Amino acid sequence: MTLNGILQIAVYLAILILLARPLGAFMARVYNGERTFLDWLLGPVERLIYRLAGVDPAQEMNWKTYAVAMQIFNLLGLVVVYALQRLQQVLPLNPQGMAAVSPDSSFNTAVSFATNTNWQGYGGEMTMSYLTQMLALTVQNFVSAATGMAILVAFIRALIRSPQTSSGKAGGLGNFWVDLTRTTLYILLPLALILSLALVSQGVVQTFSPYQTANLLQPTVDGSGNPVTSQLLALGPAASQIAIKQLGTNGGGFFNANSAHPFENPTPFSNLLEMLSILLIPAALCYTFGKMVGDTRQGWALLAAMTILLAVFIFGTYIAEAAGNPRLAALGADQQTTSLNPGGNMEGKEVRFGVPNSALWATATTAASNGSVNAMHDSFTPLGGLIPLVMMHFGEVIFGGVGSGLYGMLIFVIVAVFVAGLMVGRTPEYLGKKIEAYEMKMASLLILIMPLTVLFLTALAVITTPGKATVYNPGPHGFSEILYAFTSQGNNNGSAFAGLSANTPFYNLTGGIAMLISRYWLAVPTLALAGSLARKKKVPASAGTLPTHTPLFIAWLIAIVLIVAALNFIPALALGPIVEHLML
Amino acid sequence: MNTPFKKQSNSRRALYLRAVKDAFIKLDPRSMVRNPVMFVVEVGSALTTFLWLQALIGTGEAPAGFIGAVAIWLWFTVLFANFSEALAEGRGKAQAEALRRTRRETSARRVKGSKVEGWKVESSSRTVNLQPSTFNLADIPLETVSSTSLRQDDLYFVETGDILPADGEVVEGIASVDESAVTGESAPVIRESGGDRSAVTGGTRLLSDWLIVRVTANPGEGFLDRMIGLIEGAKRHKTPNEIALNILLAAFTIIFLGVCITLLPFSLYSVETSGQGTPITITVLIALLVCLIPTTIGGLLSAIGIAGMDRMIQQNVIAMSGRAVEAAGDVDVLLLDKTGTITLGNRQAVELIPVDGCSPQELAEVSQLASLADETPEGRSIVVLAKEKYGLRGRSVAETDEHPGMRFIPFSAQTRMSGVDLPPTFPPIGGTPSPNGGEESGTQIRKGAPDAMFRLIEDAGSRTPADLKPAVDAIARSGGTPLVVTRNGRAVGVVHLKDIVKGGIKERFAQLRKMGIKTVMITGDNPLTAAAIAAEAGVDDFLAQATPEAKLKLIREYQSGGRLVAMTGDGTNDAPALAQADVAVAMNTGTQPAREAANMIDLDSNPTKLIQIVEIGKQLLMTRGALTTFSISNDIAKYFAIIPAAFASTYPVLGGLNVMRLATPQSAIMSAVIFNALIIIALIPLALRGVPYRPLGASQLLRDNLLIYGLGGLVAPFIGIKLVDLLLAALHLYG
Amino acid sequence: MFKHLRPAIVLLALFTLITGVLYPLIVTGLAQVIFPRQANGSLIVRNGQTLGSELIGQQFDDPAYFWGRLSATGPVPYNAAGSSGSNLGPTNPALEDAVSARIEALRAADPENTGRTLFAPIPVDLVTASGSGLDPHISVAAALYQLPRVAQARGMSEQAVRALVDEYTQDRTLGLFGEPRVNVLLLNLALDEVQ
Repeated sequence: MTLNGILQIAVYLAILILLARPLGAFMARVYNGERTFLDWLLGPVERLIYRLAGVDPAQEMNWKTYAVAMQIFNLLGLVVVYALQRLQQVLPLNPQGMAAVSPDSSFNTAVSFATNTNWQGYGGEMTMSYLTQMLALTVQNFVSAATGMAILVAFIRALIRSPQTSSGKAGGLGNFWVDLTRTTLYILLPLALILSLALVSQGVVQTFSPYQTANLLQPTVDGSGNPVTSQLLALGPAASQIAIKQLGTNGGGFFNANSAHPFENPTPFSNLLEMLSILLIPAALCYTFGKMVGDTRQGWALLAAMTILLAVFIFGTYIAEAAGNPRLAALGADQQTTSLNPGGNMEGKEVRFGVPNSALWATATTAASNGSVNAMHDSFTPLGGLIPLVMMHFGEVIFGGVGSGLYGMLIFVIVAVFVAGLMVGRTPEYLGKKIEAYEMKMASLLILIMPLTVLFLTALAVITTPGKATVYNPGPHGFSEILYAFTSQGNNNGSAFAGLSANTPFYNLTGGIAMLISRYWLAVPTLALAGSLARKKKVPASAGTLPTHTPLFIAWLIAIVLIVAALNFIPALALGPIVEHLML
Repeated sequence: MNTPFKKQSNSRRALYLRAVKDAFIKLDPRSMVRNPVMFVVEVGSALTTFLWLQALIGTGEAPAGFIGAVAIWLWFTVLFANFSEALAEGRGKAQAEALRRTRRETSARRVKGSKVEGWKVESSSRTVNLQPSTFNLADIPLETVSSTSLRQDDLYFVETGDILPADGEVVEGIASVDESAVTGESAPVIRESGGDRSAVTGGTRLLSDWLIVRVTANPGEGFLDRMIGLIEGAKRHKTPNEIALNILLAAFTIIFLGVCITLLPFSLYSVETSGQGTPITITVLIALLVCLIPTTIGGLLSAIGIAGMDRMIQQNVIAMSGRAVEAAGDVDVLLLDKTGTITLGNRQAVELIPVDGCSPQELAEVSQLASLADETPEGRSIVVLAKEKYGLRGRSVAETDEHPGMRFIPFSAQTRMSGVDLPPTFPPIGGTPSPNGGEESGTQIRKGAPDAMFRLIEDAGSRTPADLKPAVDAIARSGGTPLVVTRNGRAVGVVHLKDIVKGGIKERFAQLRKMGIKTVMITGDNPLTAAAIAAEAGVDDFLAQATPEAKLKLIREYQSGGRLVAMTGDGTNDAPALAQADVAVAMNTGTQPAREAANMIDLDSNPTKLIQIVEIGKQLLMTRGALTTFSISNDIAKYFAIIPAAFASTYPVLGGLNVMRLATPQSAIMSAVIFNALIIIALIPLALRGVPYRPLGASQLLRDNLLIYGLGGLVAPFIGIKLVDLLLAALHLYG
Repeated sequence: MFKHLRPAIVLLALFTLITGVLYPLIVTGLAQVIFPRQANGSLIVRNGQTLGSELIGQQFDDPAYFWGRLSATGPVPYNAAGSSGSNLGPTNPALEDAVSARIEALRAADPENTGRTLFAPIPVDLVTASGSGLDPHISVAAALYQLPRVAQARGMSEQAVRALVDEYTQDRTLGLFGEPRVNVLLLNLALDEVQ
């Protein structure tokens, strides 16, 4: 670790926290239907959309209606993405003449983008036409993110509303169409527009021209000895997609190497912007939450819990990667960090980012369910690779996906409040809502679905031939690759230990199932839980009420998140990265 | 307190023996399945037993001795959990049996027919038309039947020495009853018709006089029957929080099942990829599973619930449901009757204020005479004050013998005054003859509530002295009760009656406030008086001039604001409020409607008990929360014990995780399993006694409990498992 | 169920139009006007010839050129139409093989480069593959390590080469973000231009 490395990480976290409040306050206004400075422009567009869609924005939905609307919309999106991939060879804007994508890969990708996972079994510049990138993938980057945020807002409303307050029909959670539309128009589009232009200024490409050919300075030969004199530079409308893939915790790269690719992430400054946008909305949503429930301390407490966990694990990754790989040191590679030599474990990393930025990104992208990468996680040291895995094993609640991360964290809050509430001798309550059997049923369901999905699919893969066939690295690292694949898809993350060739019918199918479960089997019980909370009376707080904004509660919440993940995954991790580390 | 359920040390042995026996009986899978955590352990025990048998035959996956040892300790785990439950139930059962002895079948004398000569008894009506002059016990037609044939609304007759055959309400008569069988209180209580002391309980004994009682409960549904049922826990339903906790524990169990099941494929892959070692054995997987699932809390959960009810009974409170006990922990508003709870039951005269130029001596004597026949504590205190402060000779009611024609006027709700009429022969009072005509025409002395007395003065045509009203107001403002005293319609002074707030009650309320509980004083006093006492006692709020309707309305208001309300009550007019309150404690001396509307009955009839009830409720929840935390945080250490051991052959380097330096893989696994079983036994006393409760704010409680049970739960098994391992090594069991 | 179908279809269609067509078009339009060079790939064009992109590395193994990172793209290194990392795990023997091969190649090309022991330790970025396979940079240490070899192969003075290395060294952004680095393609182009 160097002072510069520590500073880079600290400055990053500081900027993130500073941005959370203004954006969070703005989002609270958007979701409360209050006036914003964008109304003059977007108000007419919004009203036109409602009129064309036949939506009455004042119509309240109960949790079931909300869930049905959300799923129909997502299913429709999934079908469109599938169809566009299968038909891209006959559609326009395909300058490289990309062929139709295979059915299993199309299914996996359609699920992947509709569920905000953006796991990519394919290589972007070798597979997708510009049209598919735009109409299928960019659109889903927006609406899948908006879906997650809409569900969160519905959940927050459940905590605010109660039968006692006359406003709001009992059990009403808002209107999905309105939440979806306002999120996309007022929050995601303006941010994406600004960010994409900033990225272009740094060198991210944004063009509809075909790939460019360059003459090599030093001609070379390919594997079979044929001379190679030119380089084909893949281009495309990348910046517009990268901006939203970062902001919407999607993470699906325009290019195969994702944000390690110089055209996707050309400079340390673009890297900073992209890293900030990974966590920007999830962090700001904490403030939005506090604002909406009328007690910003509640939002800060959640943000504090997330930030503390994130910071600790960033430094964990940083230390592990900076220490380098002793096997390479033995061969004569100099991994010492000096002012001239970035040092550390540089396999799979880019020189312009070095170890601190790669460690920071890897931790942030897996803390959020973003999954974009600026270095290859598969080549991290065992402990450096363990942390991204663990970040996902937390259930994507340390920031997590936009919306989904916070509602996931709120489920942990409910469990934490339940056990802590018992310990102070009262029926537990959160923000005045009693946590009873039904809430625990849903919360338990939500907590157990993810580990069971990940563990059972990993188990299936390690005992079947197609599962074992495409493992790339030998030994326990191969096990880590499979575990990572299902952890990533089972948590809607999308990053990978990319050595595993996952573009096979087996992995496309099982991965698709994991992503569907992890998105909708969590979203629907969350909404059911919201429906139950919305119908509950609000209990006024007293000295006997467990405060949920204190350092003590933050520590307890962190402990619960840590312990649940540890208990679920210690055995699996022991057989993967932990044993690999001990073998180093 | 005198409880009928005192622990009898000589029966303790029997209690334990019975619990051991019950622990085996409870192995029946049909009863185990109600506790998913322990059911999983039982299935695991059966499976390892099967594997042990297989190993004995010679095709085992591991040495038979090892599998057998694991199986034995898994069975112990189940048995220990069953034992804790049986022990908790056993205490109740012993108590229930003591009660049942008093419940034996007796004969009863039922009143035959509906009409009795000379006066009317309608068997379906509560009212009895009665002419005392023609009353003759012998005229009541009685038939002797078995107590079990008495039905609701039957009338029965009991006299001195009889055991009351059924619960009921006194319709006629007044008698003293020994209720020690129910309450443990040996002092007899008075039971009489009409009023708040009309409820009698079957199984109690009449000490004097006779009663005619209308039966209110069919056989088997009486108070004692319900009590026995509750104590035995036969009809124990899981409480809301217990259900919620069970769901969470079940979820953990399912997750750990998944973790252990998938560990087998993981292990197979690891063996394949590393090219060495053998896959994890089923025995080790089951051992790991049992260690991971929350057996500590799962095994003790029902014991905690039963023990919570039991602690209520130790306090002489019968909770009608576990739900009520739990709700007690959640209460945030306590409605407390002023009299008896906040103040000593009686007000005391502390000062006599003469008005209208009357001498203190005269006022003292008039007040003394007015209170001679007043047997209330207030009346007594006036007599005492007159004697001690003004040096008057003691008088007694017996003076009527000296002065025939002296007539005492008792207090009535209509006149709201009491007093005495003195004959003309009565010696002059205070040395001065009465201004309006002396004692020749007799003297009328009255004392009573100011407004009633003002009317009296007006009616008598006297003027109201100018200094009377200020004196009355001053007393009221200070929280006292003024009594105006008159002599022949002329005001002579005011008696200052003062409520004496109980010692230490203010501190108690401060504690409650810290616990987040709001105290509300209920009183019939006027707002001025109520405010003064409320301030002195340190309650948060008060309801003055309380009527049953106002009480009910107050409860509804709090509840609609989301608060949980607890109250005590005894009168019939309390019944609606009791029914509305979330935690309603009826005094055992209370009326039948009050007792039926309540969800708890305090056999001691002690209104302060509410505070203890709240504490027991909180303790119950805290014990569950603490042991859940303990149980889950234990798991981390168990991973460190078992994982390196389970994969020792495949990945010897995993020995790096063996931070406890356990001797061998087998001893590591055995140590974890043994620790897991023993911790249940070690925690039984805590489960039965409950986590100690201190009246602190929520944050402080959480911090303390997290340190003890969270951090303690994390650290304790590292030490415990190591110790077991050292012991096993010393015994050369798995060297 | 069916009452949700209309809003679902209409909203998806409208969002496809707004976020899938209008949004990229607007961004492209603005980008092409404000940042035309960057938007089109930061191409290096000399005499009408596209020589590459200053953001994308190229393969060099001639001792007279500075070498870049190892590239794991297929079928040829630095395939800019198929970015990829090596994905070799830290304990994969193939990783050690790749690193050893590169070390041997570096030493073979420059046998006199000795340090404290037999050979000076080689900066790790020079012997490991980049994440994209297209990394245009090496660390300053990696450039300095190669400096004597390039100078000798080109018959230039080390000072002259050093001057060029310094010229193509980028410091951290704002002195804080990222790592100091040397752009290999630009440096090599400059070397060719000097000679």
